[in-house]
Amino acid sequence: MEDKVTSPEKAEEAKLKARYPHLGQKPGGSDFLRKRLQKGQKYFDSGDYNMAKAKMKNKQLPTAAPDKTDVTGDHIPTPQDLPQRKPSLVASKLAG
Amino acid sequence: METGTTEADIISTVEFNHTGELLATGDKGGRVVIFQREQESKNQVHRRGEYNVYSTFQSHEPEFDYLKSLEIEEKINKIRWLPQQNAAYFLLSTNDKTVKLWKVSERDKRPEGYNLKDEEGRLRDPATITTLRVPVLRPMDLMVEATPRRVFANAHTYHINSISVNSDYETYMSADDLRINLWNFEITNQSFNIVDIKPANMEELTEVITAAEFHPHHCNTFVYSSSKGTIRLCDMRASALCDRHTKFFEEPEDPSNRSFFSEIISSISDVKFSHSGRYIMTRDYLTVKVWDLNMENRPIETYQVHDYLRSKLCSLYENDCIFDKFECVWNGSDSVIMTGSYNNFFRMFDRNTKRDVTLEASRENSKPRAILKPRKVCVGGKRRKDEISVDSLDFSKKILHTAWHPSENIIAVAATNNLYIFQDKVN
Repeated sequence: MEDKVTSPEKAEEAKLKARYPHLGQKPGGSDFLRKRLQKGQKYFDSGDYNMAKAKMKNKQLPTAAPDKTDVTGDHIPTPQDLPQRKPSLVASKLAG
Repeated sequence: METGTTEADIISTVEFNHTGELLATGDKGGRVVIFQREQESKNQVHRRGEYNVYSTFQSHEPEFDYLKSLEIEEKINKIRWLPQQNAAYFLLSTNDKTVKLWKVSERDKRPEGYNLKDEEGRLRDPATITTLRVPVLRPMDLMVEATPRRVFANAHTYHINSISVNSDYETYMSADDLRINLWNFEITNQSFNIVDIKPANMEELTEVITAAEFHPHHCNTFVYSSSKGTIRLCDMRASALCDRHTKFFEEPEDPSNRSFFSEIISSISDVKFSHSGRYIMTRDYLTVKVWDLNMENRPIETYQVHDYLRSKLCSLYENDCIFDKFECVWNGSDSVIMTGSYNNFFRMFDRNTKRDVTLEASRENSKPRAILKPRKVCVGGKRRKDEISVDSLDFSKKILHTAWHPSENIIAVAATNNLYIFQDKVN
């Protein structure tokens, strides 16, 4: 009589095959790998992308108050006058 | 995900600098936050130096790949510090496509007393200027500035998973799914391709590069791991293109144990050299393994992180958790290794005593300055009071990124959007 003790892994595999009978018929490796290489949300074109981003931005948190120390309008600014970097619109929670 | 958790706040990488004075985190929103350890004062001997925010900046922005119509995420995949060579700090941060070198410097003096400008920067009418003065440097409130010094772009078709600074401090490498490139810090418009595993026919693709790292002392040596659970060590002196490895590390598998999940759970998610340079540690889905560089046919140590998940592989495959990429770290003396798990648990293994512990990073279960209580997951039917059953584990609370201070017992643990810093008990 054959020993019928199955490893937990094989039992899980049987469960998976029962739910998805066509799984693993093609070499499993390439399917996963192909999906992995293709990571990222696909958009129809750049217009579609920009529309999606604009929609997301409206839902985002309130914008930062305009920077009162901006040196513009009165004279031509020099490199020293300009702020070093545009600050993030929304600062990281860790930094707050 | 709990309501109120912004996806952008999810921490995607944590790294101490070489002295442990600074701790950098990167997040999904492309931001970097740097913490600095407080100088220990003589008055507060009991309070060890705590980490406070030192600087924060937007490292990467989302971009659009026009050719493939795909979004390029701004998520910071890795941060690596350069050793400090002057008063400024330098770090590399990368998203899927672009690596950037950032300079973080302090400014605590400001020039005052210009002749041609007034204090607001407005030009003065030259006719009103009757005297000449010498501008002086006056102290100002400390300002920490981060500036991008180099942008290394357009060298990766696939997604960058690793960056590693070479011990020569002149070069570094960046690795994506199929290729590894070598850069010189000074040159942004060129990089050398040193590994290329892209097959001529993509239908024949069987494995990808999952992580890569330079040897800590030998600037000619590096390793890279694959989705098939193998590690290759390469020597850049052997040839310009290191497609042929110098050493090949693989543990033989019992073919009777093979299942549909075997290859997926053997995929190595992280590889790290020990500080000594003698060993490498790899993390796959269920275990952490330590390999001796001198023995290629099997690891010298294997530690079970959460073997109870073996009987849950079916559902972990369905909810994609089986593809989670856990990292692993060494402590400063290479005697203890640490890695994360689910339910905000993380595990530490002492290589000498062979003892291990499971700890939890969560606000509900620990107060600040309290000592962490070891946790236990119960597998069988009988659950003790303090134990958690496998079925109650929260798989959305995963600890993928951890860091260990280079010389002290201070660890940083990223639990989704929260950062925990734990220190050794004082007395």
